[in-house]
Amino acid sequence: MKQNKNLMSLQLQVSDFLPASEDEKQGVVVMRESVSFWKDGFRRLRKNKLAMVSLVVIIAIMIFAFIIPSFYPYSYEQQIRGSENLGIMEYSKEELTRIQSGEKIFPHFLGTDSLGRDLMIRIMVGSKISLLVGIVASAIILVIGSTYGAIAGYFGGKVDMMMMRTVDIIYTIPDILIIILLSVTLKFPLQKLADNIQGFAWINTVGVGLISIFIVFSLLYWVGMARIVRSQVLALKEQEYVIAAKALGASDKRIIKKHLLTNSIGTLIVTTTLQIPSSIFTESYLSFLGLGVSAPMPSLGSLASQAIGGITSYPHRLLAPAVMISLIILSFNLLGDGLRDAFDPKLKN
Amino acid sequence: MSRYIIKRVISAIITLFLVATLTFFLMYLVPGGPFLAEKAPSPQTMKALEEKYGLDQPVGVQYTNYMKRLLKGDLGTSLKMRGQEVNHIIKTRFPISAKLGLCAVILAVSVGLPIGSFAALKRGKFLDRLIMFFSTLGMAVPGFVVATVLMYFFGVKLRVLPTFGLTSPLHYILPVIALAFYPTAYISRLMRSSMLDIIGQDYMRTAKAKGVSQFKSLFKHALRNAILPVVTYLGPMLASILTGSFIVEKVFTIPGLGNQFIGSITDRDYPLIMGTTIFLAFLLITMNVLVDIAYKIIDPRIKME
Repeated sequence: MKQNKNLMSLQLQVSDFLPASEDEKQGVVVMRESVSFWKDGFRRLRKNKLAMVSLVVIIAIMIFAFIIPSFYPYSYEQQIRGSENLGIMEYSKEELTRIQSGEKIFPHFLGTDSLGRDLMIRIMVGSKISLLVGIVASAIILVIGSTYGAIAGYFGGKVDMMMMRTVDIIYTIPDILIIILLSVTLKFPLQKLADNIQGFAWINTVGVGLISIFIVFSLLYWVGMARIVRSQVLALKEQEYVIAAKALGASDKRIIKKHLLTNSIGTLIVTTTLQIPSSIFTESYLSFLGLGVSAPMPSLGSLASQAIGGITSYPHRLLAPAVMISLIILSFNLLGDGLRDAFDPKLKN
Repeated sequence: MSRYIIKRVISAIITLFLVATLTFFLMYLVPGGPFLAEKAPSPQTMKALEEKYGLDQPVGVQYTNYMKRLLKGDLGTSLKMRGQEVNHIIKTRFPISAKLGLCAVILAVSVGLPIGSFAALKRGKFLDRLIMFFSTLGMAVPGFVVATVLMYFFGVKLRVLPTFGLTSPLHYILPVIALAFYPTAYISRLMRSSMLDIIGQDYMRTAKAKGVSQFKSLFKHALRNAILPVVTYLGPMLASILTGSFIVEKVFTIPGLGNQFIGSITDRDYPLIMGTTIFLAFLLITMNVLVDIAYKIIDPRIKME
């Protein structure tokens, strides 16, 4: 639209007064696209290589534990006659003759145990049990601890004092002693409940040992969560938006649920993730002492415990579950640390 | 200060009382009783046995009797080991475990503190990363894995160290290392982060500016302040060593209290389980109170509530 005009001309150009196009408008906007809490956190998490590697490892272990067993040719309680005490990748005589006659036999990657059970599948199922214990127990702890802590922190005053005194006392109880006692004793009443009362038969399908472990963990381990959530809520409840919600007539329940707990979500995620490995740790400890999941269900702890007897001839039977459990705990710990740095940097110390 | 101590002691007594009560009722819940595990005795013998040990009385009476005896410090008699008093069993077994535990505490502190401070001084360097890698690993490996792997390599494979019992100083090496493994890793991490904290403080810069030698500024200014958080870990450390002792004593067949406790659980020896639990709980709770009080004395910055 350039026209040769005299520089000093006062004649105006029409094009200068046209409305700005969308492109031109975009150029003037200074603000970035707003970054949501999740996006921001994940961006920081993705930069943390260690945490990302642990995440991949955890996903791999989950596939290994939950998906592969469903189409694995052996089952964890199947006792293969004649293939007892096989070493790594060994076949029994019977299996060898069958291979020679052209049959295909799935190899025992880690050999078999003294009852002829394939160790690989037992490790998979053991990892599944350990992961289940960790995740379910942490979920229960999350629900109980956050509700308790939020109520104590929100109402404050006498309610808070009473509730936190209780927490203090539970906190000072030597947990491992009580956990051992509970897992010894709880099995009997639970078994009775499952056998005699209708509607509780599901206990048998999940396993008495597993249920009693859930109960034991949720009875004792929620106090840490409650303390952390309470201190968060104490700070958050002074915020303006809480006062605004109150002024608008929101009920206490709504404020706790929609405002206080939602705003401490970072802390909740981090604490729960870090709770998972510690639950797995305790479960394997109990199983090692023979107090955890009941046989023939394997858990990584009980697999290690059974392997001790034959450690001179079959060290791999101990090493395999030991490596697995250390890997699970390590990767959850590192992921938890990464999540903490990404979502809740304040929690660091 | 005295108010704080009184408060702490009272809450410890309440906790102890709760533990004792809980233990009693949990043990009462177990059906079958301690005699069923043996070759089923005749009903008459059962009755006589129950009468002898007071198991035929109503719960309330049993409970008050138990509490009364507990107040006198009497933990009852073992059911399985005929006529042996629980107090006596604890008296003979506990020193073994205590010696082992003490060695582990000394090892953990004397290795963890220097390693942690060293990592902090070399922050970001290769050695720091190496130390942090091993301490992260040390916290992820369960105690039973450490114990059994140690036993396998040094006892079975290399045959350089004994793996059974506790008869000579050499016998202590493996169990003590297994027990101290986790606390060492924990202490070194704790020490590193607190040391890093201290090194960044203003008074460290002031000391340096005034020309205090590096050696002196490290030992006089940094170390003494950095050690404080480690003191708070002493209570949990005792608990973790106790927890570990159950495993380690089982793996290395050491006749300590931990092994006894696990044995009494499989034997369903009620009085022994209850007695040991209460004894260990008493030990842990007392230690925690002492550590808390000590911490307040050592660090005057902590507010006295």
